[in-house]
Amino acid sequence: MRLRYSDVTPERWYLSRRELMAGAAALAVVGATGGGAAAATPPAGPPLKATPNPAYRVADAPTKLEAATTYNNFYEFGTNKEDPSRLAGTLKPRPWHVQVDGLCAKPRTFDVEEILKLAPLEERIYILRCVEAWSMVIPWIGYPLAALLKQVEPRPGAKYVEFTTLKDPEQFPGQKPGFLGLGSLDWPYTEGLRLDEAMHPLALLTVGMYGQVLPNQNGAPVRIVTPWKYGFKSAKSIVRIRLTDTEPKTAWNKAAPQEYGFYSNVNPTVDHPRWSQATERRIGEFRRRPTLMFNGYADQVASLYSGMDLKKNY
Amino acid sequence: MTVRTRVALKVVVWAVALTPLARLLYAAWTDDLTANPIEYVTRELGDTAIRLLLASLAVTPLRLVFGLGWPVTLRRLLGLFAFFYVCLHFAVWIVLDHFFDWRTMTDDIVKRPWITVGVAALLLLTPLAVTSTTGMIKRLGGTTWRRLHRLAYVAAALGALHYIWLAKKVLIAPWVYAAVLLVLLGIRAGDAVRKLIRRRRPALA
Repeated sequence: MRLRYSDVTPERWYLSRRELMAGAAALAVVGATGGGAAAATPPAGPPLKATPNPAYRVADAPTKLEAATTYNNFYEFGTNKEDPSRLAGTLKPRPWHVQVDGLCAKPRTFDVEEILKLAPLEERIYILRCVEAWSMVIPWIGYPLAALLKQVEPRPGAKYVEFTTLKDPEQFPGQKPGFLGLGSLDWPYTEGLRLDEAMHPLALLTVGMYGQVLPNQNGAPVRIVTPWKYGFKSAKSIVRIRLTDTEPKTAWNKAAPQEYGFYSNVNPTVDHPRWSQATERRIGEFRRRPTLMFNGYADQVASLYSGMDLKKNY
Repeated sequence: MTVRTRVALKVVVWAVALTPLARLLYAAWTDDLTANPIEYVTRELGDTAIRLLLASLAVTPLRLVFGLGWPVTLRRLLGLFAFFYVCLHFAVWIVLDHFFDWRTMTDDIVKRPWITVGVAALLLLTPLAVTSTTGMIKRLGGTTWRRLHRLAYVAAALGALHYIWLAKKVLIAPWVYAAVLLVLLGIRAGDAVRKLIRRRRPALA
């Protein structure tokens, strides 16, 4: 007697195998058509089309969308990690304007819809390293910040770029004055980069992630991502970008100058005064992993800092 | 107070003190420990430990200010639960956070003052837990035992300092614990001064 496969394999097993193969085929199609890393996660927000840029990928699997949108440091909403996702609805990312001015030939204000179309949108998978020693892998959508800066034609005297986040306690409840005026940062949140850092191809003007429009809790509608620096350097919900000849004051530096310097490059050899930066916990993993110099982007950015003492310029 | 009331009060303390742990276990079961479970569990255990420690230290001030005698029957239980959560907090740090990386942990204890004072608080609480039995109170004698157990205030102060030093300066919670501890200490200090004056007065007369 000849046995058939159906005689030895229960129906539910081979059916589930078929589903599995169909799923794998669907994934392969999506991968080939450019869904990229975002395809594996169900979309929660409006989709945003972008072309994956193969030059900016990492081998590690992207962090779960749910983790990346519920575990956030965004003190404009509150100091707890879950505050931004809980209160995200209070922020209105449309209409939105970004004033770009300072030492440039053509200062002007951009509508966010215009910003979305200034350059082709790319998907780039970057590692985000928080100064608190945890990290995520995030597929961002955007284009080099340089593309926006070139529009206003920086003057030769411009040496730095200052980013300002929206200040509006109605939209950002964390900006309301706390008990005895204690409890948070000086608003608005400002951050800064040296002009050559801002013009570096890695510095991404970001409008989306995971194939979607940037969620409010992640800095909608437009933010910066500088993956070789600690996360707080990447200003969110930006309303102003100013070119200047002096080093901008930055929010965390004002709050605790010994702990947060202007540069804040990811550096495993320079500890935070209160904890080691030698290792990090990748969200979703159990064991700590070693932190890499410039968060693994040393080949691309180390030359920006040649000759500088990175222990002094932390 | 009847035996029945005392038992009922103790049951309440058990229930209240074990709730944070039960909530963590339930959250672990339902995969709801946030995106960074180890950090979350560590913080919840530490928070619970310092709250219970402050509760145990509130017993005498409650008597001094409001004349309440009954809380004293709960003090040992509160103190032991505080120690229990301190131990869990420490165990999570060793096992989950650093996975027995003794070198890194030793470096941290030496280099980072907030970890140093945290470990010191644990070390101070250990003899208090060991000498918490009725037999030990008798063996040490009331006066010695009371003096020894004043270390609980030192441990709480170190615990509050541990939290203040580890947290970003813009956070309020650590300062709230420190303020509560100062109030409790202030009440006891005020009482000690009053007793001292009362004892001296006849000598002056």
